[in-house]
Amino acid sequence: MKQIYLDYNATSPVRPEVLEAMLPFYKEQFGNPSSVHWAGRAVSGAVEQAREQVAAAINASPAEIVFVSCGSEGDNMAIKGSLAALKDKGNHIITTAVEHPAVLETCEYLEKNGYEVTYLPVDRDGLLDLADLEAAITDRTVLISVMWANNETGNIFPVEEIGAIARKHQIRFHTDAVQAVGKLEIDVQKANIDLLVLSGHKVGAPKGVGAVYIRRGTRMVPFIHGGHQERGRRAGTHNVPGIVALGKACEIATAERQAYYERVRALRDKLENGLLQQVPDIKLNGTPDRDQRLPNTLNVSFAYIEGESLLLNLDMYGIAASSGSACTSGSLEPSHVMGAMCVEVTLAHSSTRFSLGPETTEEEIDSLLEVLPATVQRLREMSPLYNCGKDAEECLTCETVKRL
Amino acid sequence: MYTDKVMEHFTNPRNVGSLDDADGVGEVGNASCGDIMKIYLKVEDNVIKDIKFKTFGCGAAIATSSMVTEMALGKTLDEAMELTNQAVAEALDGLPAQKMHCSNLAADALHEAIKNYKESNG
Repeated sequence: MKQIYLDYNATSPVRPEVLEAMLPFYKEQFGNPSSVHWAGRAVSGAVEQAREQVAAAINASPAEIVFVSCGSEGDNMAIKGSLAALKDKGNHIITTAVEHPAVLETCEYLEKNGYEVTYLPVDRDGLLDLADLEAAITDRTVLISVMWANNETGNIFPVEEIGAIARKHQIRFHTDAVQAVGKLEIDVQKANIDLLVLSGHKVGAPKGVGAVYIRRGTRMVPFIHGGHQERGRRAGTHNVPGIVALGKACEIATAERQAYYERVRALRDKLENGLLQQVPDIKLNGTPDRDQRLPNTLNVSFAYIEGESLLLNLDMYGIAASSGSACTSGSLEPSHVMGAMCVEVTLAHSSTRFSLGPETTEEEIDSLLEVLPATVQRLREMSPLYNCGKDAEECLTCETVKRL
Repeated sequence: MYTDKVMEHFTNPRNVGSLDDADGVGEVGNASCGDIMKIYLKVEDNVIKDIKFKTFGCGAAIATSSMVTEMALGKTLDEAMELTNQAVAEALDGLPAQKMHCSNLAADALHEAIKNYKESNG
């Protein structure tokens, strides 16, 4: 059976050129870049080259790039490291209700430890009202943390406007750009970003490597204490193969970004148009303005059916996608993003994300469009909610699955 | 994650549907936890002569619904009342731990249907 992978927002395969670039650093170039001898010298240049490649991808200087192990570490470091450094200035963080758990859980932890957090709401399309952001700012606000693009819906947030607001109020601005890098133009200068986090395995590098951009002059308390690596900003022996891979992957992603955007967007649009036309009682989750969504992401809910059972059915056809249902999140509640968007609870349980990638082909989209409508119908025939004489309930109270 | 037996019942669920002239109907679960199960019974001489189900839920919810209908068909009402969620899960060679509470309600739905039958035929 042909396998069709449509879960690139979860992770992506390592690109062949990237794998090629990193392999020597497992064998002949095995040294520790902190060592002064020949083995260390042989690899320290490669780490610095990767730093340049990552910096170039986001319009930063190499010295502003710190390598970390993953996006979650990057977000923890950016938030906790900022608050510790700014504890004399204030204790208030502003973030959104739809952040990745790496940001949300970090903020909730900080709340339990004396910090104050404002979680900005989103509307039913998952969009922010920047008036809410302005209104939330107090003289104790020290950090604004808003993701560049949402992993579930693909919604792109107005980081340039947020950066301008942060700059106007002289508040530090952190963005989790894990889903945006490689898909959108990222310019930390234009958007006035102080801290930006990116992750290797979303852009064709392996799992286990990421980077944090820290604007020059941004005071931080190190999150991992130890050796003097990364100019004292992040201790721990360098993951040289991973870092080399991240550099190479960023270089390729930047060079190919525009062509990739157009190609993947055409495929996503084909899928979106096809599903909206062929499947009745379907709801788009995210903004209908496709320019304001990642070009590779489509999130829809199929009324009357549950997400995990749909994923299992698709899996039988070799199709890999993901869902915001409770059953796939490992908790009893469906996705907090759907909750924040006030998506009716059964629709939240049925939210299904298709995220395309560089290897996605038109044939794969055609296969999905062939299989999906009948699969949805089969599950609907099994559902007590389908054709039961009642219309799908509109969520009026927003009490359903609101986490925050 | 799921046993072969769960996947087999999920892929080819037995007794899917509803009965227009059901003698008893039972429904359990709720939308917020993501599982709703509805069971329809046809009863003759205290024996379950026909049984159908409809389920909104995950793979485990659908497989347990299918399994409980298979186990209950032909049983007396008293025997069917003895069927437990645990027995249904065991008949499927087990369920993942996190599914034992949220998606293992099929026997409860069966019991509700039997109670509903008894109330309307009491």
